[in-house]
Amino acid sequence: MGKHNDQPDGKRRQFIGGTILAAGAATVAPGILLTVAQATGESQGVSSDVRYGMLIDTDKCVADCTACVDACDKENGLDLQQKPKGQSDDDWNAQRPQWVRKVQLKDRQTGDITDLPMMCQHCEFPPCVDVCPTGASFRRADGIVMVDRHTCIGCRYCMMACPYKARSFIHQNVVNQLVAAPRGKGCVESCNFCVHRIDAGKMTTACQDACAKEGHQAIVFGDLKNPESEIASILREKNSRQIRADLELNTGVRYTDL
Amino acid sequence: MLSSTGIRRFAGVLMAGAFTFLTTGVLGDSAVTPGSKAAGMEACVAPTAEMRRNHMDYLKHDRIKTVRKGIRDIRNSLADCVDCHAAKNGSGGYAQIDSEGQFCDKCHNYMAVDLACFQCHRKTPGEEKLSQSALDGGNVDHRLGLLRDKDAPAALAADELVQLQAIVQED
Repeated sequence: MGKHNDQPDGKRRQFIGGTILAAGAATVAPGILLTVAQATGESQGVSSDVRYGMLIDTDKCVADCTACVDACDKENGLDLQQKPKGQSDDDWNAQRPQWVRKVQLKDRQTGDITDLPMMCQHCEFPPCVDVCPTGASFRRADGIVMVDRHTCIGCRYCMMACPYKARSFIHQNVVNQLVAAPRGKGCVESCNFCVHRIDAGKMTTACQDACAKEGHQAIVFGDLKNPESEIASILREKNSRQIRADLELNTGVRYTDL
Repeated sequence: MLSSTGIRRFAGVLMAGAFTFLTTGVLGDSAVTPGSKAAGMEACVAPTAEMRRNHMDYLKHDRIKTVRKGIRDIRNSLADCVDCHAAKNGSGGYAQIDSEGQFCDKCHNYMAVDLACFQCHRKTPGEEKLSQSALDGGNVDHRLGLLRDKDAPAALAADELVQLQAIVQED
């Protein structure tokens, strides 16, 4: 039997979705079949046959280690920005771009301290997508939640909606961006599971590599839908938790020993 | 007499032919920036006239494929534009493609059309390409300290970056 993993049952959503779908099909047109033309000569793009997710073993995550944060900053060019002259450290830390950050939890009763990296949780039902007025915030078919900077107007509504404080806004001009990670002033951004790596066929993220290099191996990335994958087999064997599981967002990032 | 007229006529045809050839040659060259990779290539991904008219639509169409669907083996990639059309500058690196007189700026300035791509996208060929081609020349000393060593990718120190930003923001 499967272990406890905070999985929402989703029946209510399925019921509502099904009802809308049935109503839509009845009213639109019986007999008209919508077909999608297949692109030729190019790859077919992402598919919903996979859902990317991440599993973080908080027992293995070490206090004061920032390898994942540093690797993320380097991989995505977040370190191209520096604290502007005259800005206080508090202001800078409150507004700097940060896709993954280290969080320390303390149980007030027992004094037990837990360290974990916190980033975009890649929800199945992402609030940031619900609120986006332009459709810039979207969820790819393979489960990666990201920002289309071409359509982002920088309203920051998604930052307000995100329960995980996962998104940040670029306040300064950026120069010398990386080819794989275009970014500039006026857009919101967040962790995208190193999407340029995934599209290139590489199945690790920068934070995962950095964590493994440090010898901690607290981060496992992979396909949640493939029962053969490492992440799926660990989830099958161990208890895991979603953060704010009460919101029933069905996050793609899970935590063990939390 | 007859033969000399014939020769003259033949020479005239030759001259006209050579002139036409040279003119088209000049026109062809004017589409690209001298010193860029594109200058040594036969054609872009489509004929020049088509690219001039439709490049913005091509880019817009394919960016949706890339961002939304993760299709990266597209024909019209902005990174590829920059790779081919960026010209070398004097100091072993590349000139920014949207800076004054460079490939994008020449037309966009003339047509008074704002170019927003490079607020986010990189203006010079990728890091690894830069370090590779810059090192082909062999003189490592003239690179403003951007390259740390032959095998390391091009990188800016924090203070260099601040300086660079200050320069960019000034103009």
